[in-house]
This record gives sequence, C-alpha cells and structure tokens, in this order.
Amino acid sequence: MPAPVADNSYLPILILMVAAVLFAFTPLLLARLWAIFFSPRKPGQDKNATYECGLESKGDAWIQFKSEYYLYAIIFLIFDVETIFLLPFAVAFTGLGVGAFLSLMVFLFLLVAGLIWAWKKGVLIWR
Amino acid sequence: MDEGLKSELQKQGVFTTTLEGIYNWGRQNSVWPLQFGLACCAIEMIAASMARYDLSRFGAEVFRPSPRQADLMIVAGTVTKKMAPQVVRLYNQMAEPKYVIAMGACAISGGPFKQGYNVLKGIDRYLPVDVHIPGCPPRPEALLHAFMTLQKKIADQELTGANRPRHLNPEAPSEFPVPQFGAHDLVPTHNPAVWKAPALTR
Repeated sequence: MPAPVADNSYLPILILMVAAVLFAFTPLLLARLWAIFFSPRKPGQDKNATYECGLESKGDAWIQFKSEYYLYAIIFLIFDVETIFLLPFAVAFTGLGVGAFLSLMVFLFLLVAGLIWAWKKGVLIWR
Repeated sequence: MDEGLKSELQKQGVFTTTLEGIYNWGRQNSVWPLQFGLACCAIEMIAASMARYDLSRFGAEVFRPSPRQADLMIVAGTVTKKMAPQVVRLYNQMAEPKYVIAMGACAISGGPFKQGYNVLKGIDRYLPVDVHIPGCPPRPEALLHAFMTLQKKIADQELTGANRPRHLNPEAPSEFPVPQFGAHDLVPTHNPAVWKAPALTR
C-alpha cells in the first residue's frame, strides 16, 4: 500500500506558510476592525508632524552638506588601514629580504605621494 | 451580564467577562509613560521606576522617549511658561488613548513658585489631567498610588455610550491648542474647554 503522505510532502510547508501569513495579517485586520467599530481615527497637525520632541521644526530637511569631510574621512581611512600593514612589517623587519623591503617601501611611497597630492590640493585645510 | 449570575457561574468554575473588561484589563496593565521630567519631581519619578519602588509591577516600566509610543504623560515638576507649549505639543503628539498625571505641587498649581512671573499655575490649564498628586515632591509611593488610581479609572471606562472616554468619541478632540508666547503671558492663558477659573465665594 503506497503511503499517501509521500505524494504531497510539501503540504506541511504550504500549511505553515498560510499559517504564517495569517499570523501576520490577522492582528492587523483585527486592529483595523477595532478602529472601524470603536476607536475613531484622530489625526492632527501636531500629531502628524515629523519631528516629535515638543519643538516645532524650523526650515527644510533638504539642506546641502559640504562634501569636504568625505575626503578627510577617506584619507584617514587609507592611513588607518596602512597601520595594519605597518605593524607586521615592523615586527618582521629584521628578518625581511630585499624584495619584501622594497615592495613595502613602494607601497608606503605611493600612500605618502597621495597624501602630498591631497595636501597640495588643499584638502587638509578646513574651510 | 448580571453580577449575581456571574458570581454563581464563577462558583461552578465558569468565568465570564466582557469585551470591555478584556480591553480595559489589557490597557490598564500596560500603560507606557512618556520619558521626560521637568524638575525635582522627576527624581522621585525615576526612583519609582527603579528597583526599590518598581513601577514595573504595574506594567508601566517602559518609559518611552518618543510620544508616539507613550500612553501616559507624567508631568513631573514645575512647568515654566517657556516650557508649557512644548508640553502641550508633546501631549498632542501622543497616540490615543492618552492620560495625564500631574505630579507634585508645581504641576498641579504652580506650587511654591505660583507667584512667579514665569511659572504656569498648573498644567491642567491646558491639558485634561486625569490624576493630580499633591506634595513637594510627592514620594514614589504617592506616584504609585496615583498610578493605581489611573488604573482604576481606565478599568471603569466604557466602550460605548455617552460616557465613553475621549479617545472612543469621534467628536472629542485629540489635540489641544498649543499656547503661544504673548507680550506678557501665554496666549491664551488657559484652555476654556478643560479649565475655568474657580469662582471665589466670600
């Protein structure tokens, strides 16, 4: 006799899925019904205000930021990551070959050259 | 349902209740206060919410920093005229149903600063206060008592009918006018819908 369960082994998943959707939507529906039958909606100017700390908001939220700090942060990040490379370099310094030494010096030179370039462009001066 | 029938059924192990009862029971045991203090009463409010007095026994330990999530405004301390519009606006921003406890002499009447030019003589001039607590400052037990009084008040509120509370009545306002700074005082000096000057009888 063949087992009838084997034919629809996805049925429990389907039932679970339906239950999960009902579990999510039934409270929302009940809340909606409660609002219709008992509790009226009461929107208002203060209630719908965006800011909610008692003070009235002034001005527009669409203001322009200066993007200068972004460059500052990027340069900081580059040298922050550089220290991660410098630390093992310093620890293993005495045992390094010429090739390894030179390649790290080139790496450092590239970064320092970038910093000098940024310096000359005036990125480091806060305006 | 008849009270006699209810107790008779209860003796047989059948418990009955009403939708109203469940609704109010749920609400009264999870009143979330708004987290703000205006003056020294706030210290007593903080003490009441901490381990020694433990407001969480009443389901009210969740002090919310946003008025959108709060049910209860505990006006704890002196309300200066500079602060009054902000307090009223915060109340307006709370979702219904909402309740107000005026805590301490200052919040209910201006207290020792009543004669001061810059002190509001009681927040009930602008907001419908549910429970007043006298004291300067009231002890945490007094706040607990006020809270239990509020719970009783919530439990007795009707779901339908003419005596239903404000939040179930579509005509009753949810927002109250926010006072403006005038030349010498707040304008208006009080909200006539919630407060009128006591008549002196000599």
